[in-house]
Amino acid sequence: MQATATAPIIAFHHVNKIYANGTVGLKDIDFQIPRGQFLVVVGLSGAGKSTLLRTINRMHEISSGEIRIDDAPIGAYKGKALRQLRCHIGMIFQNFNLVNRASVERNVLSGLVGYYPTWKCILGLFSAADKQRAVQALKRVSLTPKIFTRADELSGGQQQRVAIARTLMQDPKIILADEPVASLDPRTTKDVMDTLQRLNREDGITVIVNLHSVALARQYADRIIGLRAGELVYDQPIDNVTTADLDRIYQTN
Amino acid sequence: MTNSTLDLPKRPWRQRYHVAAIGWTLVLGVLLVLSSLMTGANLGTFLSNIDQFLALLVQMSHPAWSYLHVILQPLYETIQMAILGTTIGAVLAVPFALLAASNLVGNRLLRGLIRFFLDLVRTLPDLLLAAIFVAVFGIGSTAGVITLAIFSFGMVSKLFYEVIETIDMGPLEALKSVGATKVTMIWYAVLPQILNQFVSYFLYTLEINVRASTVLGYLGAGGIGVYLQRSLGEFNYSATAVIILATLVVVLVIDGISNHLRRVLL
Amino acid sequence: MQTTLENHPLTHHLFWRRWHWLLWVVVVAGVYSWAIGGLHFTGIQESAGSVSRSILHGLLHPDWAYVYNGSGEDLSSLILQTLAIAFLGTFVSALISVPFAFWAARTDQHWAHLRSGSGKVVLTLIRTFPEIVLAIMFIKAVGPGSYAGVLAVSIHSIGMLGKLFSESLENMDRGAEEAIRSAGGNRSEILTLATLPTIFPEFISYTLYRFEIAVRSASILGMVGAGGIGTPLIFAIQTRSWSRVGIILLGIIVMVLAIDSLSEQLRKKLI
Repeated sequence: MQATATAPIIAFHHVNKIYANGTVGLKDIDFQIPRGQFLVVVGLSGAGKSTLLRTINRMHEISSGEIRIDDAPIGAYKGKALRQLRCHIGMIFQNFNLVNRASVERNVLSGLVGYYPTWKCILGLFSAADKQRAVQALKRVSLTPKIFTRADELSGGQQQRVAIARTLMQDPKIILADEPVASLDPRTTKDVMDTLQRLNREDGITVIVNLHSVALARQYADRIIGLRAGELVYDQPIDNVTTADLDRIYQTN
Repeated sequence: MTNSTLDLPKRPWRQRYHVAAIGWTLVLGVLLVLSSLMTGANLGTFLSNIDQFLALLVQMSHPAWSYLHVILQPLYETIQMAILGTTIGAVLAVPFALLAASNLVGNRLLRGLIRFFLDLVRTLPDLLLAAIFVAVFGIGSTAGVITLAIFSFGMVSKLFYEVIETIDMGPLEALKSVGATKVTMIWYAVLPQILNQFVSYFLYTLEINVRASTVLGYLGAGGIGVYLQRSLGEFNYSATAVIILATLVVVLVIDGISNHLRRVLL
Repeated sequence: MQTTLENHPLTHHLFWRRWHWLLWVVVVAGVYSWAIGGLHFTGIQESAGSVSRSILHGLLHPDWAYVYNGSGEDLSSLILQTLAIAFLGTFVSALISVPFAFWAARTDQHWAHLRSGSGKVVLTLIRTFPEIVLAIMFIKAVGPGSYAGVLAVSIHSIGMLGKLFSESLENMDRGAEEAIRSAGGNRSEILTLATLPTIFPEFISYTLYRFEIAVRSASILGMVGAGGIGTPLIFAIQTRSWSRVGIILLGIIVMVLAIDSLSEQLRKKLI
């Protein structure tokens, strides 16, 4: 056991997930993620990557085991406490998940749901300071000129950056990104991955990304873990990762 | 002004003051006020008379089941009217649909005229047609069948030509290249491609016509509607309830059969 | 069951495949002979020919004076009244249909089938309940006139709008909802920030479509006394004033065509 300066931000303890139809989603997952890490999860589709990610903000429930965030078990959270947990964990999706017909500004501001009372959210009564923050967030993803544009008028890469700006409004300590570049072309892929990397390095946000591209994983990750059929089959810091290792994760057997 | 606001793009005033949203809300509001004034709609009248409405509902919740045997025959008649009306309408619709399909008829003028004619037919509500045909043919199911035939003609012809426009033109060109006539081409290359869809739309129209035919009799065009009118006229609401329930069962059964057949077909 | 079907003697299978169309022919022939045999087409009045001729004459020589005579009972006022019935009825119905749609929409939670199933049944019942019977019932409550028409349209349209709305809820992209949930939104925030904005254009589009249909039904509700252009139409038919019938039919056709094309334009803009 090597001594770490800080406690891990996320810890999985023997986590299992079995779906209602009997399919095994996750099998005895047991590992820790230190604060500020850029972690990439690789594996075939259906290996449990999405499930793993979504257990961290309880979008999916686990069947047994325990997940701790900042050393607090998250399994018991209900209602308000659960929403507070999610509020500090940003999430990025493959399909961007914006409200297509709303303006970029409105989409970004919707990241504040956890911080405002419901009625203010519904009426769109966000403070001037928070509107300024929205501008700042858009500036960080270089999209200020598009602030009043409708979300569906943007390209895929731009939409994903709007989604990142929305996440920034949450002031997250963790960002979960589920195949964030799977529906993007190579150039916009680089934009989005660079943005995530910047947030990781400049703000110290812990970033966990699911990727199916091995090349991207090696380029951006501090550490790569591999899943196969719900099991953690690989876990190495980036310096130890070899191509042969990664090929083995993608082997079907 | 802080630094960051300077980077923001200028919004045109239309967007800045939400002109579109406010405009539409105003239009909607004005139309709502006008139409409430014009129809004299207000919740108060309804609520102050609600006891009468409830009394009616109470009567209807005690269906006079003995009435059932009286209405069985007219119920059959209703279905028969719907079947015949839909069939006549659908058969008439086929040539018009072929002429209105843009991939079969190159002549835009002819196609436009046919489509305009079909649009005109579709504007007329079923009960309106029934009122006229009762005046022409007298009270009875003839008026009902003709009403339903025209009503379904308008509906089916549009569904049909939209299907025809989606067909694969390959077989058609193959036949054309060997010198087939238009009729041969339609018989061997068009009809086989669309037959299933035609039958499916036919059944769908039949469902709608069964619903429609239950009220046509209200104006004298045969079927169960005649008894509906009679019971309502006599304030015999428990009989009305039986009629409505029986109609409901018939409609649901026909819908079920038709849905099943359509699933098998497609 | 499945294995016995597969192990069926091949010959039997082929026989069935070759001849089962015959069964259909018999069924269809049976249905049609029943339908034709059951109806009696006797009793066509002898005047049918002459009545048709006078109707045609009336349609070709419409009573133009009826278009506007300042009485408030003329064609233009009653067409406007018809539109008002359809508009108000559809508007109210669209509002009521939203909760019905959420009731009837099937979601992925499997315990919810009972809820959505019961919602679908209720919507089917409403859809099947004849609109003119509703109109007559409301006439008992609020007296004859266009208000009864508004109520009838409002209630009857729920059947169709609720169904269309619930189907678009079932097929909508749930991405935005997931995003708001993952950012810590509660149910009402998910609904107002994600679900409704995503689904709104589709709801409006269906409402416009339903408005087109409501205009047609509002023009006949008057036949039972529920206001609008239907009332003078049925009087004109009963009194055989065919030039009056002619102008009213023209009025209805123009109104319906105008509303259809207006609504189509708006719906195109929405998508």
